[in-house]
Amino acid sequence: MIYWEIFWSFFQIGLFSIGGGYAALPLIENQVLEIHQWLSMAEFADLLTISQMTPGPIALNASTFVGTKVAGLPGAIIATIGCVTPSCIIVLTLSYFYFKYKNLSSIQGILKGLRPAVVSLIASAGISILLLAIFKNEETTLFNMQLTDINIPSIIMVVLGVLILRKYKTDSILVMIGTGLIGIIVYGVL
Amino acid sequence: MEKKSKFYWTLFISTFSLSAFTIGGGYVIVPLMKKKFVEELKWIDEEEMLNLVAICQSAPGPIAVNTSLMVGYRLAGITGAMITTFGTVLPPLIIITLIAKFYTAFKENTMVNALLIGMRAGVAAVIIDVIIKMTKDIIKSKNLISLSIMIVAFVAAVILNVNAALIIVLSGAFGGFYYNYFKRAGGSQ
Repeated sequence: MIYWEIFWSFFQIGLFSIGGGYAALPLIENQVLEIHQWLSMAEFADLLTISQMTPGPIALNASTFVGTKVAGLPGAIIATIGCVTPSCIIVLTLSYFYFKYKNLSSIQGILKGLRPAVVSLIASAGISILLLAIFKNEETTLFNMQLTDINIPSIIMVVLGVLILRKYKTDSILVMIGTGLIGIIVYGVL
Repeated sequence: MEKKSKFYWTLFISTFSLSAFTIGGGYVIVPLMKKKFVEELKWIDEEEMLNLVAICQSAPGPIAVNTSLMVGYRLAGITGAMITTFGTVLPPLIIITLIAKFYTAFKENTMVNALLIGMRAGVAAVIIDVIIKMTKDIIKSKNLISLSIMIVAFVAAVILNVNAALIIVLSGAFGGFYYNYFKRAGGSQ
């Protein structure tokens, strides 16, 4: 049955994509192109483009994209459920044990070591998104920056956004909507 | 009852809007969630949020889904976890369904592209704000071990491109060893 096949494929994608971000990519390719031939190579490339431009984790975007194509809206919903089921089971089990044992001193030591590392991982993600936000070339990294490639309006928006957030404790979603609207004016209309 | 449904609604709408505006996936949603639940709503404290993120990173699946599951579970048990997951999953489901229908028109629309470029700047600003605050807290704690872990992890992640899960496992192992065996012998802190 097609619904079961969709569920099972995306269940495996959810289960084996460890590390987040684009870690799911090779698994999606394997399930959707090689095992099932649900998408052509061109459609797969389109899926990646869409994922980069839209919100949401790539695995969830792929669930909806492939599900819709193979079996309409029910397909999209079933693929999404399949994709998050492993997370639900594993994360809820981990949560249960974490909240039960978090006060043990040995766990506290581990967590105390982890927290500064998480700060750095967030900072590392922050750098990639900052580079994507202010450079015209989407392939820019810390090592191949070209200052002539900078989008001046974007860098001004980033600086103003940070200042507003630090000074006025504004709702972060308002800042994102605001820069989106300014983006339409600056990059779309002008 | 009234109060409870209002709480559930806030929980849902917070994760829904974060998921709807988080372009790029991966770690990007983590600082945004921290901003919302730690700084704006004050439902979780900073330390606990970092613990939750570390645990989520060691589990498979999209990090956005894992983090919402754990935040929801922490705030309102299984019901909370289901609400936050639903909130996180719904925006991509709606958006991609629509886009799959109008893909070609969407791809070539300059207004849509302009909106997305602008929103990236906003997302970057929020993340920078969160990073400044977290780094300040670690520096203020004057704990040299935390500071060193942060610097080593940063170099490993940004310059050496070490896998995030590996960084989490190693720093956790180091913390467990250092604070339980080494530090205990030399007096408590």
